[in-house]
Amino acid sequence: MLTANLATVAYIAATILFILSLGGLSNPESSRRGNVYGIIGMAIAVLATIFGPRVGPSGYAWIVGAMAVGAAVGLYASRVVKMTQMPELVALMHSLVGVAAVLVGFANFVDPSAAASFTGAESTIHQVEIYIGILIGAVTFSGSVIAFGKLAGRISGKPVILPGRHVLNLAALVAVIGFGASFIHAHTVAQGLTPLIVMTLIALLLGVHMVMAIGGADMPVVVSMLNSYSGWAAAATGFMLSNDLLIVTGALVGSSGAILSYIMCRAMNRRFFAVIAGGFGTGGGAQPPAGSAPAGEVAPISAAETAEMLRDAKQVIVVPGYGMAVAQAQHTVFEITRYLREKGVNVRFGIHPVAGRMPGHMNVLLAEARVPYDIVLEMDELNGDFPHTDVALVIGANDIVNPAAEDDPTSPIAGMPVLEVWKAKTSIVMKRSMASGYAGVDNPLFYKENNRMLFGDAKKMLDEVLAALRG
Amino acid sequence: MPAVIGIPAEVSAGEKRVAVVPEVVEKLIKLGFAVAVESGAGAAASFDDEAYRRSGAEVVVGAAALWARSDIVFKVRAPASAELASLREGTTLVCFIWPAQNPELMRELAARKATVLAMDSVPRISRAQKLDALSSMANIAGYRAVIEAAHAFGRFFTGQITAAGKVPPARVFVIGAGVAGLSAIGTASGLGAIVRANDTRPEVADQVVSMGGEFVPVDYAESGAGTGGYARVMSEGFQQAQREVFAREARDADIVITTALIPGKPAPRLISAEMVQSMKPGSVIVDMAAEQGGNCELTEPGQVVVKHAVTIIGYTDLPSRLARQASTLYATNLLRLTEELCKTKDGVLHVDMDDEVIRGTTVIKDGAITWPPPPPRLSAAPSPSAKPASVKPPEAAKAHGHGGGAPASPVRTAVTLVAAAALFWFVGANAPAAFLSHFTVFVLACIVGYMVVWNVTPALHTPLMSVTNAISSIIAIGALVQVAPPMTAGAPGADRPAAWILGLAVTSLALVTINMFGGFAVTRRMLAMFRK
Repeated sequence: MLTANLATVAYIAATILFILSLGGLSNPESSRRGNVYGIIGMAIAVLATIFGPRVGPSGYAWIVGAMAVGAAVGLYASRVVKMTQMPELVALMHSLVGVAAVLVGFANFVDPSAAASFTGAESTIHQVEIYIGILIGAVTFSGSVIAFGKLAGRISGKPVILPGRHVLNLAALVAVIGFGASFIHAHTVAQGLTPLIVMTLIALLLGVHMVMAIGGADMPVVVSMLNSYSGWAAAATGFMLSNDLLIVTGALVGSSGAILSYIMCRAMNRRFFAVIAGGFGTGGGAQPPAGSAPAGEVAPISAAETAEMLRDAKQVIVVPGYGMAVAQAQHTVFEITRYLREKGVNVRFGIHPVAGRMPGHMNVLLAEARVPYDIVLEMDELNGDFPHTDVALVIGANDIVNPAAEDDPTSPIAGMPVLEVWKAKTSIVMKRSMASGYAGVDNPLFYKENNRMLFGDAKKMLDEVLAALRG
Repeated sequence: MPAVIGIPAEVSAGEKRVAVVPEVVEKLIKLGFAVAVESGAGAAASFDDEAYRRSGAEVVVGAAALWARSDIVFKVRAPASAELASLREGTTLVCFIWPAQNPELMRELAARKATVLAMDSVPRISRAQKLDALSSMANIAGYRAVIEAAHAFGRFFTGQITAAGKVPPARVFVIGAGVAGLSAIGTASGLGAIVRANDTRPEVADQVVSMGGEFVPVDYAESGAGTGGYARVMSEGFQQAQREVFAREARDADIVITTALIPGKPAPRLISAEMVQSMKPGSVIVDMAAEQGGNCELTEPGQVVVKHAVTIIGYTDLPSRLARQASTLYATNLLRLTEELCKTKDGVLHVDMDDEVIRGTTVIKDGAITWPPPPPRLSAAPSPSAKPASVKPPEAAKAHGHGGGAPASPVRTAVTLVAAAALFWFVGANAPAAFLSHFTVFVLACIVGYMVVWNVTPALHTPLMSVTNAISSIIAIGALVQVAPPMTAGAPGADRPAAWILGLAVTSLALVTINMFGGFAVTRRMLAMFRK
């Protein structure tokens, strides 16, 4: 049995380990150690709590049972998940944290012993903490479930825009505040329970509505935003339970998610609220802007010709996008890379911050395919190298290589930093059709003289390219 | 009745190019136009009348008849005075004009209520590259300059070791790495010469290297990049340093090709008579700026002269000396322009002055002079803000994360600070002590999180999310403490819905544990994949 002081010291140790864990991710070398720090920190925190002063021996059986079930499910899920499904898995996991925050909040609220020691302002603050904890938890939960559905393709990725959705959101917010007032003024648990449950339902709807309005390519922002929310939910629970470890950890996770969201927004040159408000552009609709269609001829190319160009090239930059993930083409990409590198071609990868459906999505896929991470570079690191690149191979990406972002100030994506593939001697775009990207903006890249189009499924086409290279 | 595009034969002496080649005639007809060609217009560029006829053009005998038939005239050179006389009122004329150098011509064209698009005034932005005839011609001129030099030069370009002895490779020095200069670099290095090149704009060094040349910098800190990708006039100190470099390079070089031009100004004098004198006998100078007065003091425009045993080539018609190629590329540029002007493909030109490219190219609209255009909004040259990213040394590029950047404006910082102060004051004035200590912890943790996460490399953002997600399972503690809290004496234990609380706590514990174990395990799996 640990005393309260020992438990506190253990919590401090856990806090430090969590910070080290995040710090370890600053480079791939130290990242594995970082993850181990996280595991140790979590183990210390959980054990210190179980054997600490706030858990009686009568609960041990329940705890072991619940954790055994959870651990089994969690480990199983982590083993079977495919790397292309990572965004879904992460979204689903966020929902678990959200629902836990809601349940813990309710349990705390109905437990009269929890609030017994509070009086006056403290009691009010405690009520507010419960209320906010449940609110954030519920939004995180339903938002994450919807995000999961969208990422897994069970719900259409298209933004669903209800008429007057800003009014709806505002109304929901007002209602939440209104019920909050009546919740705080409630004198008994039974009186308070009704507004609390109604608020939870509103919060759930709010989460659904918010994420439904956001389209597929904005998912990196949403996923990292939900990551942030799950942290704030934990922090709010920490306030509720007067537990500093929860507060610190929640704040760490919350700020991490917030920063990621910010980075993603900056990578799209859009404001956070514009993304969260849903749709694309400021007009409030998702309709593509008319009249900006660039004219010109599109030059198609065959897989064999692509192989020929790659073989003759000295410098190649591959720009992967969501299309590569959809087609599961990363392994073929690696085979091609390996073949070319053996032949002395310098093949590198250029990753746009918002390529894919979650931050760092492309890096994980390429890592899974065993592409060495030191040839996978960020946009800023190699954008200057395109002018002396022989071939830029764009696999299933569109908006992130659109020159209109730089050339055309009227374009909806104007100002978004893009990979300047058109500056390469030749760019080859692999695409299923001439359809425009998520932003609904036609891509002048396709009509450039030094651009070739390789139409077809990315996996199938790359397999043909690989066969042609080896043949 | 479709508009007729007329293609007259060029009248200026020695001009062999023709504005439109048969291949492009077909495409113009597809855009809805009718095409009339003056008989013999393409002869000097090896396109006979029959070829034009086959591709659907009407061949008209005599310049006057052609000009009378044409609603639109495509030409290479600016119209001569005889041609001006036969220009119908309201005709659209597309050719090289050089409005700055030819104010008189501009006035006469305006008087005839013409609409004139000058192929030399196409704005230098990325979108307009396909109709940038100056670049097409400069490319050809650069190639031809090397060929002319090779013709006049008495040796091999490439180094050889033969039974009859060793031949050193020719040394070529190119001044100015614009389109023409780069083309010359590529051609000369393709022939096997050792190519060195200089430009006042240091950022073109990479392009020089990519064409097979070696960049010779001038050791003097000043960039010569002007607007629109052109060079500008440099300071005296720079010019002094530059002259020293040129003197040194000229002495070593067998062939010097100069391409230095500054828009609207006479060509800078870069090669002095002394430098020519210092060159080896039999060396060659090709002065591609001869038309604007020449980069070399001894150049005679349009002539080949031998001075101090150095051949100085001052041809002003280099593209025309490759007439078939030049005509083909120029015709394609015209076709691209026509496509921009006729997006509806119905044979009607629409001069849209809101289109930046068309606006820049149009120098006279319905008799009103619209030159010069407003400055281009976006330049094809890299913007200064983009530069640090590309020239960043490798050490800096390896530093991960996105931290730093431009500091926020002082006003915004002040507003943020005041707002934060107000918030803190509000909290401090109203909240009880216990809350404040938690609040302190919370704020500090946010800041620590902020500092730590900025250092995370973007490649690891997905593992970062999954590990933070796993760490957020710390909420399990909230569930744990509610499973079986030790009941203190005096607590209202009787009305405590213990079963409910236990159920909620155990459920949330199980769910969070999924996250905890799953999150760490999947992070581990992912991180194990990252390898060098």
